[in-house]
Amino acid sequence: MGYHFEFGWIAEYWPVLLKGVGITLQLIAIGALFGVALGGACAWVRALGPAWLRPVVATYVEMIRNTPFLIQLFFVFFGLPSLGVQMSELQAANLAMIINLGAYSCEIIRAGIQATPKGQFEAGASLGMSRFQTFWYVVLIPSLQRIWPALSSQIVIVMLGSAAVSQIAAEDLTFAANFIQSRNFRAFEAYAVSTAIYLLLAILLRQVLRGVGFTLFPRRAAR
Amino acid sequence: MSLIEITEVRKSFGSNEVLKGINIDVNSGEVIAIIGKSGSGKSTLLRCINGLETINAGTIAVAGAQLLPDDLHLKALRLKVGMIFQGFNLFPHLTAGKNVMLSQMVVKKVKKDAAEAMARRQLDRVGLLHKFDAYPDELSGGQQQRVAIARALAMEPIALLCDEITSALDPELVQEVLAVVKELASEGMTLLMVTHEMRFARDVCSRVVFMHQGRVHEIGPPGEVFASPRTPELQQFLGMQAA
Amino acid sequence: MIQFSTWDIVSNLLLAARWTVVLSLVSFIGGGIVGLLVLFARIGKFAGLRRAAKVYIEVFQGTPLLMQLFLAFFGLGLFGINVPAWLAAGFALTLWTAAFLAEIWRGCVEAIAKGQWEASSSLGMGYMQQMRWVVLPQALKIAVPPTVGFSVQVVKGTALTSIIGFVELSKAGTMVTNATFQPFTVYGFVALIYFALCWPLSKSSQILERKLNVAHRNH
Repeated sequence: MGYHFEFGWIAEYWPVLLKGVGITLQLIAIGALFGVALGGACAWVRALGPAWLRPVVATYVEMIRNTPFLIQLFFVFFGLPSLGVQMSELQAANLAMIINLGAYSCEIIRAGIQATPKGQFEAGASLGMSRFQTFWYVVLIPSLQRIWPALSSQIVIVMLGSAAVSQIAAEDLTFAANFIQSRNFRAFEAYAVSTAIYLLLAILLRQVLRGVGFTLFPRRAAR
Repeated sequence: MSLIEITEVRKSFGSNEVLKGINIDVNSGEVIAIIGKSGSGKSTLLRCINGLETINAGTIAVAGAQLLPDDLHLKALRLKVGMIFQGFNLFPHLTAGKNVMLSQMVVKKVKKDAAEAMARRQLDRVGLLHKFDAYPDELSGGQQQRVAIARALAMEPIALLCDEITSALDPELVQEVLAVVKELASEGMTLLMVTHEMRFARDVCSRVVFMHQGRVHEIGPPGEVFASPRTPELQQFLGMQAA
Repeated sequence: MIQFSTWDIVSNLLLAARWTVVLSLVSFIGGGIVGLLVLFARIGKFAGLRRAAKVYIEVFQGTPLLMQLFLAFFGLGLFGINVPAWLAAGFALTLWTAAFLAEIWRGCVEAIAKGQWEASSSLGMGYMQQMRWVVLPQALKIAVPPTVGFSVQVVKGTALTSIIGFVELSKAGTMVTNATFQPFTVYGFVALIYFALCWPLSKSSQILERKLNVAHRNH
C-alpha cells in the first residue's frame, strides 16, 4: 500500500483533456443528429414503408443491436478500407456511431409510432391526407414526444459508448486519458478524472436533451 | 361508548385542508353511508380511519384503541377494521382462495388448514365457494369485489370500511355486491361506506352523513336526511342525484 | 508467411468465444446478486442506504463501461497485487451489471399498483410481509423480459474487456486480423458469433414480453 494520489498533473494536461472533451461532444452531436434521422427513416420504413425494404431494415437493426459497438467500429475502420472505402479515424467513429444509434432509435421511434391511437391514422385518411402526409403531419411529432425520454437515454448511452473510439485512435476524452497516463504513469488518477468528466457530461447531456424536448414539444403539443 | 370515535379530525394535503374537523361516533352494528360530492373529503376520511393517510390533528379510536402512526398500533387497528376498495385490489398472482388465506397466515400466523377452512367459509358467505381456485383475472368485477369482501371478513374485523365499492362496476354487477353488503348489515356488522347508491343508503343504512367541503354538513337517519334536507347544499346535491 | 484458411480463422474465434460466454455468465450472475442488494438498499426503509444506492446507480450508469474497466484494472493494482485482466474484467462488469439490473428491477417494483400496497396494509401486513408475499412475486414476473434483454448488453459489454487485455472473442479478432490481414472477413465472423450469442437472448426477451402483455390484457 502506501500509494499517494497525485492530481498535480491536471495543471499541465488540462488542454489535452479539454480537446478530448471537445471531440467527444462533437462525436455525440453528429452521431445524435444523423443517427436519430436515420432511425426515423428506418422506423418509417418498418411501420409504413414499402414492403420490400422492410426485411432489409429489420436485418440492419437486428445485426446492430446484437453485436458490440467495438466490433462495429473495427468493422467500419479496419474492414471497409479493404473494400476500397477510405476514411479518417474521426469519420469512421462518426459513421459507426450514426449506424449504431440509427438502429436503436429505429426501434424506439417505431414503438412510438405503434402506440399512436388508430383513430389518428383514420382521422388523417378521412381528411384526404396520404399515408405519408398523415405520418409526417399527424403521427410523427406526438410519437417523438412519447419516446423522447427513451431516445434521450439512448443518446446518453451512445455518448458513453463512444469511449471505445479511442481504440481506433480517434482523439476523444478516453484517448486523452490514455495519452496522459502513458506520459505521467498516473493511470488511476488519469482515468478517475476522465470518468468524473464523463459523469458530468452525461448529466449535462441529459439536461440539454430535456431542454431540447421542451423546445421541440411545447406544452400545447401535449394531449 | 361508541365503537368508532372520530373527534376533531383534520387532514391537509400540502396547503389544501381536506378534512376540517370531523366528529362522528359510530355505534356497534350501525350502518353509515357517507355521501357528498367528489372532493368533499369522504374517501379521505375513510382512508384515515384505516391509517392509509396520517391525520394532522384530532383523534380516531376504534373499540377504545387509539390510532397512532406507528407500525404496532397501525397493525392492531387494521386487525379490527377491514377495508374494501373501489378498485378491488385483489392480489393478481394468487387464486381467490389464496387471496383470502394470505393475510390470515402471514399476519395472524393462522395454520394453513385453518386459514383454508376460514377462506372457504367466507367465500361461501359471498356466494363464491366454487371460485376458490380461480385467479382474479378469471372473475367478473362483481365477483372480484365479493372476493375482496371475503378477504377482509376472514380477518374477523369488528367493522368494515367500504370506499365506493360499486363505482368501478358495470351497472348489472352492482346489485350482487350490494346484496352481500346488505346481508352483512343484517348480521350486525358495523359498516362505514362511502357510496353513490342513494337507494341503498336509504333502505339499508341507519344513518347518513352528508359531507361538504371537508365538514360534516348534515347527519341523521336516512328518512330525515333524504326527505327533508335542511341545507341548500344537500338539497342541491340530492337534486343532482335525482336528475 | 503462414496461410490461414477460413476454418482456421473461425475455429480460433470460436475457441476464444468460450471466454466471452464464461465472462458473461459470471458477470450476469454476480451482477444479479449484487444488483439485488443494491435494489433492496434503493427501495428500503433507510434514507442513507437509499441515497447511497442511488449514487451507485447514477455513477455506474453515467460513466463509460470502458472507464470502469480501466479503473478496476489500475485501481485494484493500487493494492499492490498484480491484477490479472480476467479479474478486473469480471469485477467491473459485475458492478456495472448490478447497477443496471437494480434500476430495471426497481422499475418493476414501482410498477406494482399502489392499490396492492394499500390492500395489503389494510389487511395488517408489515413492509417485509408486503414485499415478500404481494409485491415481489408480481414484480418478479414482469422483471423477466427486461432482465433477459439486459443479458444482451452484458454479452456485448464483455467486448470492451479486450481493451484491458482479456483474451475473449474481440481480442482474438484483433489478434487473428493482425496475423491474417483480413479485417473484413475476421470482424465479419466476430460480429456473426456475437450475433449468434445475443440474438436468441433478444428474441426470447421479446417473446416473453409479448406473452406478458397478452396475459395482462386479460385483466
